[in-house]
Amino acid sequence: MTIQFNDETFRDDYSFHNSERAIKRFPFPFDKDSYMYAVNMEQHRGGPADSVYEKRFDVDEHYVSEMRDRAQVLADDPLRCQSLPHMTLAGWDVLELIMTCKAEDYPDLFELHRDGDRWRWINKPLGIDDTFTFLDETTLPYGPMEYITRQTQGDFAVLDQRDDNLWMDAGMVTTQADWSLDFDIGMNFFEWHAPVPLAHEKGIFVRALKFLLNIQQGAPARRLNWTMTVNPLLDTSPENYHKWGIQKTTLTPQNIGAKQHLRVELQTFFRLPRSNGLVFPIRCYLCAFQDLMTVPKWGRRLHRVIRDLPEELATYKGFIDNRPMMLDYLSQFDDGLPTSNGIWPDLETEPPLQK
Amino acid sequence: MSKFEFPASIKSRPVYGTLEARPGKHHLMIADAEGAEAIMDIATPDLMAKTHIIFISRGTDYGDKLRALNPAIFYEGPSYAASVPRIQRVLQDAHMGLQVYLTGTEGLMGQAMREAVDAGIPHTAIQTEHRGSVARRMQCVHCKGITEDVETDPFVCAHCGLNLFVRDHYSRRLAAYQGVCIDAEDPGNVPEPKGIYE
Ligand code: HEM
Repeated sequence: MTIQFNDETFRDDYSFHNSERAIKRFPFPFDKDSYMYAVNMEQHRGGPADSVYEKRFDVDEHYVSEMRDRAQVLADDPLRCQSLPHMTLAGWDVLELIMTCKAEDYPDLFELHRDGDRWRWINKPLGIDDTFTFLDETTLPYGPMEYITRQTQGDFAVLDQRDDNLWMDAGMVTTQADWSLDFDIGMNFFEWHAPVPLAHEKGIFVRALKFLLNIQQGAPARRLNWTMTVNPLLDTSPENYHKWGIQKTTLTPQNIGAKQHLRVELQTFFRLPRSNGLVFPIRCYLCAFQDLMTVPKWGRRLHRVIRDLPEELATYKGFIDNRPMMLDYLSQFDDGLPTSNGIWPDLETEPPLQK
Repeated sequence: MSKFEFPASIKSRPVYGTLEARPGKHHLMIADAEGAEAIMDIATPDLMAKTHIIFISRGTDYGDKLRALNPAIFYEGPSYAASVPRIQRVLQDAHMGLQVYLTGTEGLMGQAMREAVDAGIPHTAIQTEHRGSVARRMQCVHCKGITEDVETDPFVCAHCGLNLFVRDHYSRRLAAYQGVCIDAEDPGNVPEPKGIYE
């Protein structure tokens, strides 16, 4: 299916919007009517046709505009992309992985021509046609990780594996749910997860790390994570929190359907061949409440999840103050009917709203 | 002076111990202010004969007491920043088996720890003991400026002037805790500053 790229913004006038197709393929993160942290990982081996799981690196209608937003964030704050000196080889691994996957999965959009170590990369949506020497940094306009992640949706953490731990030693982070690469770079798995409530006590991070350390080349894994964002703002960074935090107070019962967005991260994990590191793409999808409510199952479920979410999680995710208003809105879409298992919209089988 | 018991905290926050004299031919002790007392607690003539002490007094009068221990080398610097080139130089030709002792404020220990680790000293050869002020070295997540010796929460960033709250999230690379704007969602509503552990 050819993709029509939106011309839209994720700041100022917020012209971001989801097409009907984008709503139907939105990665709704709740597979049942309640939510708690868990080691929710599975193999990343495709998925239903046109779902965000189908391709290894999903490209959607927001691609071109998201890359424009990333360039703006980096111009304002170059520290959002950093790589410690020993991570250059892992950066080449990331570049190769993304280029080969995209060229295979989207041959109409991307082409990679390899002649020994002379590579030609064509990115049609962004109008790029570059020839460079693989593993020679001087032949690219940026370092390899920065070069390719300026052309790929989602944030990227590149992890070095040593001492039975993962170390966040490089990254491109401009669409984050309120954490700072500049602060966290160089930390290990337990250190950068330190602020997360409840999950340490549940042993989740110990088990999750064990899983990650054993990921093999060619057998990537994935999980979903989520939070809430007022306005379709991609760059909810701590760096700019003093500027965007105030937007959380602009919700009203009238505008909440349009302004309040469910923010979902499709997180994937790939082993890197030369460096033996891991790359962790964190792909952000936004969907306005009013668009989610067009799927009856999601309306019922989102109300129940948000209503019953432990206070610690609502606080950590930053929407505890707005939860009552969210529930007033969401309760209109919950008629008490049971919901089917799993995250898919099930439009053909789930009954329409009965009130 | 009794030692401050830090409350339990999150996993990025450093945990400090109690210095003990370790066997070894070479010892480097870096301390500020009341950290001198931790050195005096473990000092023996034999240990001191193999020890290089780098001390920043910060207005205390422990310098003479440390000198009186007769360390092999004694240096008293006017500030931590001024002593950094010396610390780097000493670490540069650290012998195998050098034992490093860091004691005093968190800011001193964190920064000297970074120098030692960068110089390749194994973690197992570095000990720490907190003494004295519980003030923190803070990075403003917004402007990236470091404010030293922060005693209250919230506090004003010495660089950009924002009112910041004091997090427990700690970066060893920056040797600093994170400060985040406290009144972003309610501009001007800044609570009265309190001591960090009050
Ligand atoms: C190696 C790859 C990973 C990286 C780089 C990463 C990074 C992060 C970061 C930076 C945060 C924000 C922490 C903060 O508040 O400052 C976070 C949150 C979190 N991470 Fe990870 N993470 C990874 C893998 C995982 C895995 C495998 C799990 C599996 C359970 C996990 C579970 C969580 C949870 C539950 C949160 C809290 C999210 C929320 O409630 O919104 N992470 N992660």
